[in-house]
Amino acid sequence: MLWYTGKRLLQIIPVLLGATFLIYFMVFSMPGDPIAALFGDRPPAPGVIEQLREQYHLNEPFIVQYFYYLAGIFQGDFGVTYSGQPVNEVLARTFPVTIRLALLAIFFEMIAGISVGLISGLRKGGIFDATGLGVSLVLISLPIFVLGFVAQYFMGIQWGWFSPTVGAGAPTQDLILPALVLATISFAQISRLTRSSVIETQGLDFVRTAYSKGLSGKRIVPVHILRNSLIPVVTYLGTDFGTLLVGATVTEGIFNVPGVGRTLYQAVIRGEGPTVVSFVTIMVLLYLIVNLLIDLLYAVLDPRIRYA
Amino acid sequence: MSTPLLQVKDLEVAFRTQNGVVQAVRGVSFTLDRGSSLAIVGESGSGKSTTAHAIINLLPGTGHISGGQILLDGEDLAKASQNEMEHIRGRKIGFVPQDPMSNLNPVWSIGFQVEEAIRANGIATGRKEVKARAIQVLKEAGLQDADRRLKQYPHQFSGGMRQRVLIGMGLAANPQLLIADEPTSALDVTVQRVILDHLESLTRELGTTLLFITHDLGLAAERAEQLLVMYKGQVVEAGPSREILQNPQHPYTQRLVAAAPSLASRRIQATGSIAAAESAIAADAATAAGEAIDLIATAEARAEALEAAAAQPPAIVVENLTKVFKIRGSGDFKAVDDVSFQIRRGTTTALVGESGSGKSTVAKMLLKLEEATSGKIVVGGKDLASTSGKELFALRSRMQPVFQDPYGSLNPLRNIGNTIAEPLQTHKVGTKASRRERVFELLDQVSLPRTLLGRYPNELSGGQRQRIAIARALALKPEIVILDEAVSALDVLVQAQILRLLAELQAELNLTYLFITHDLAVVRVIADNVCVMQKGRIVEAATTDEVFGSPKEQYTRDLLAAIPGANIELGA
Amino acid sequence: MPDQSSSKLPIEHYVAPLEETKLEAIDSVKTEGKPSNLWIDAWADLRRRPMFWISSALILIIVFIALFPGLFTNEPPNANCLLANSNGAPVAGHPLGFTRQGCDVWSRIVHGAGTSLSVGIIVTILVFTLGVIFGAFAGYYGGWTDGILSRVGDIFFSIPYILAAVVIMTVLANYRSVWVISLAIGIFAWPATARVLRSEILRVKNSDFVTAATAIGVSRFKILWAHVVPNSIAPVIVIATISLAGAIVAEATLSFLGVGLPTNIMSWGNDIAQAQTTLRTAPQVLIYPSIALSLTVFSFIMLGEVVRDALDPKARAQR
Repeated sequence: MLWYTGKRLLQIIPVLLGATFLIYFMVFSMPGDPIAALFGDRPPAPGVIEQLREQYHLNEPFIVQYFYYLAGIFQGDFGVTYSGQPVNEVLARTFPVTIRLALLAIFFEMIAGISVGLISGLRKGGIFDATGLGVSLVLISLPIFVLGFVAQYFMGIQWGWFSPTVGAGAPTQDLILPALVLATISFAQISRLTRSSVIETQGLDFVRTAYSKGLSGKRIVPVHILRNSLIPVVTYLGTDFGTLLVGATVTEGIFNVPGVGRTLYQAVIRGEGPTVVSFVTIMVLLYLIVNLLIDLLYAVLDPRIRYA
Repeated sequence: MSTPLLQVKDLEVAFRTQNGVVQAVRGVSFTLDRGSSLAIVGESGSGKSTTAHAIINLLPGTGHISGGQILLDGEDLAKASQNEMEHIRGRKIGFVPQDPMSNLNPVWSIGFQVEEAIRANGIATGRKEVKARAIQVLKEAGLQDADRRLKQYPHQFSGGMRQRVLIGMGLAANPQLLIADEPTSALDVTVQRVILDHLESLTRELGTTLLFITHDLGLAAERAEQLLVMYKGQVVEAGPSREILQNPQHPYTQRLVAAAPSLASRRIQATGSIAAAESAIAADAATAAGEAIDLIATAEARAEALEAAAAQPPAIVVENLTKVFKIRGSGDFKAVDDVSFQIRRGTTTALVGESGSGKSTVAKMLLKLEEATSGKIVVGGKDLASTSGKELFALRSRMQPVFQDPYGSLNPLRNIGNTIAEPLQTHKVGTKASRRERVFELLDQVSLPRTLLGRYPNELSGGQRQRIAIARALALKPEIVILDEAVSALDVLVQAQILRLLAELQAELNLTYLFITHDLAVVRVIADNVCVMQKGRIVEAATTDEVFGSPKEQYTRDLLAAIPGANIELGA
Repeated sequence: MPDQSSSKLPIEHYVAPLEETKLEAIDSVKTEGKPSNLWIDAWADLRRRPMFWISSALILIIVFIALFPGLFTNEPPNANCLLANSNGAPVAGHPLGFTRQGCDVWSRIVHGAGTSLSVGIIVTILVFTLGVIFGAFAGYYGGWTDGILSRVGDIFFSIPYILAAVVIMTVLANYRSVWVISLAIGIFAWPATARVLRSEILRVKNSDFVTAATAIGVSRFKILWAHVVPNSIAPVIVIATISLAGAIVAEATLSFLGVGLPTNIMSWGNDIAQAQTTLRTAPQVLIYPSIALSLTVFSFIMLGEVVRDALDPKARAQR
């Protein structure tokens, strides 16, 4: 396990360097003055331009600029936003909200996705299974912002089940609707993945052997079928986190959730380049860290990896 | 004590498929007395495993019992509820499955999986008692260091060790009946023997009744008092093992006995009369009288052919061949260690060994699919090490392989015609029309209809695919064919057919064979010379008769002793 | 009464009557029916499935609308917009009413189809090409080639492609077009395809038929394209269908965020973004393009689903 953890940590380094380089490259190797390009036709306050020039070391050669930028990231310095506020300050304010929203969404999608997938898989070909497959196909086809508006309009405005936008301080009950929206697309994927994984596991030899030992279905389903079926589902959560990040940006925008996503959303809408770059970088780092954690979780779930 | 333990009456099992209901078992009946043992023998698709799974009510997929009774102690299992079956499984009927690699859950420790069986059957309660019983069960199954290995996971166990765990689990609750479904066919022969011996003594000690499922007639006769021969879902013959082996009555059993390599005692004599080989395989009582004469004649012819071959330069010379694999973390691994042998033109040399003996690596180096670390391979007078480019390309046409897995050796997306023609196209032999003619000729040679030309591999059986692979190998008229476990995956009757085909082709085309196999029994019917490999080295090399008649090395003797049914006297 | 030694009595030797158990020839060849392989079988399977025909028909209709928008509406999407009609209800000739700017909703939807499809197709071609090249070479050649190609893939994979596209489109604010947005999406979307193909290739390349081809003397490069890739491509085709849907969503999302296509190019995502301010008062203006977008995506997802069922024997068994 220690060896595996070490290996994964080493493997993440080139990816980390490559990803930050790519982002930097995308922004600063473009023709013309990158600062001007970042702001387009919306010039910022005069002091900010100077601050940015200094922050990005624009007078140095490209590769040196990149290393300055990288050094900044490793010191936890993500520069300033469009309005000149340190990114870290904004982050300290918004991050906890997004974490709550994301955890809520992951909780919903896991509980619902795994239960629906498990029942569908165990009763393959039944009415529940057929309905589940149909519904999940429709849900997968709905872009998150369409889903967000539909939920906001009906559940928030028309029927008044939830508050259509999130109030000050983002109380958790206000986060339920955006979290449900955020969870929906992944729910469909997770339920389908669980279903096919359960069907596959059910047919494996060791399940038959478990029955032959005299175990009851009540024990075999959770211990031998579900436990093994969860491995691919957990692996999927890593990739899914990327979807979740993009989804959070859109959902937080629609529901006005004061989180990291809305900050990025507003920066994008208003064309505030430097803020966009900073927050995308933060999200990519977050994505990498979560994927590393999921890889480690994978090793916990599968002894073949742990002891390889 | 008068009622038998198990009575199966007119058992029928059916599967629902897209094309309607398929009857897999049709009216099987047998009885099993307490403490006795019965083996169900048959080829794949005969319904032998389905019968076993029906008894314990674990039929896969859409399988269901569609008729008949299964009486265990007078209770009809065919009508038992799910709950009742749960109670019967483990406690009254134990089950040992076939493949040790896939029958243990990879995410739970061995201890966990044994303990849950003990707990489910109420053998012991309380953490300590259950653990103690688990250790005891595993020790009985032959796992000496069970207490230490309880926390380990299945992938940390070897195949043989896993099979011991499975046997231990099957017997954990002292069931009256143990169903063993091909319990050792995935293991090396020597391991197989040890485990079967152990299973036998264990069940004898416990007084367990044994129902044995196997495809190997020799193994069945050696391990069970009674035999039940199944063919296409029906019982064709049943009775005392030895009697059936010595005096098979049904033509199917006769075929099976004749084809079982473990029971055969002589090389297929294709030289001269093919009909002789035919009758040697068929072992038909009616032609037995004529057969003896033919055999002497063909044996003499074969001896002459071998003498003639001795005069020619050898087709393959291998000298001090060594292959070292570098393994990260654990240094070097010598897969092939100083191996030398020669194969004369038109003869067959078998390279025999268990898994990991390095025999397949030798084949790969001969085919130049793998580079030798040191040593020399000379094929048809050319040193393989110095050939490359055009010379290697030319050399390839003189030496062709046939592999083990009939399902992997043909490209599933290419039709048969294109598959057989590929070597011709690659080497730019002839025109399109002449290549087509050659494909027809090859199909004739391997006794397949010409109509297969536009068909795809997935429509063919394993044996037929192997024939196609042989046809492809012969397309360029090679001198040497390397047969890497080429018949190992086939059912016995099909295996015998392919072996006979190989012998005929050798006689007809003067082919040189390097026959690589783990199955010493097959060697006897195909090879002239044998090299026995162990851990990368050749431990014994001699003619087939010498190896079988007077083996010099202990390892060879172990291998020979492990051939199931080898010491069963067949009737005159 | 039989005693305990009854089991020791000789067991009778049973032989089934021959007429009841007819022997068949060993390994006889059956050549009835049509030839079959993966693709032939998949096509036969697809033809029987109504979902295949429904999704194909939907896609054909959308393609037709995209190619010939003039046949479906006489209204230009941008001109003739009267603010007096802002968020107006349907009237004759304007079946779905008007947008906030007073443009015809139906006309905008019809003209938006081409944009969505173009982006979908360009991105899919890009993703397929890059994914196949990277995946095939990495999986087949292994070693250093694999090490480098896979790391490059990992790096591109580490940035969720919509986020990457957001950055690119922000920087290239002055160059926004269908081509640029397609490149921005595609350049980061290929690693998933490459990974799937790579693992398929790893599975196929050790098959005996590949070794047999090597032993015949077929060159490595030719084996890759003639034997290995055809046997590995099926899952990639499924992904390509689904990624077409993904690309359409990505374009709409970017346009919705305001970093997609400029307003003079019709895009459903733009229209949905425009309509969100009046969600409370005129939800229909937002709903119609949403339906068009979701239905298009649904068609491709559904097609991908049936194609997967047909091509993947495992998925077929799970139906």
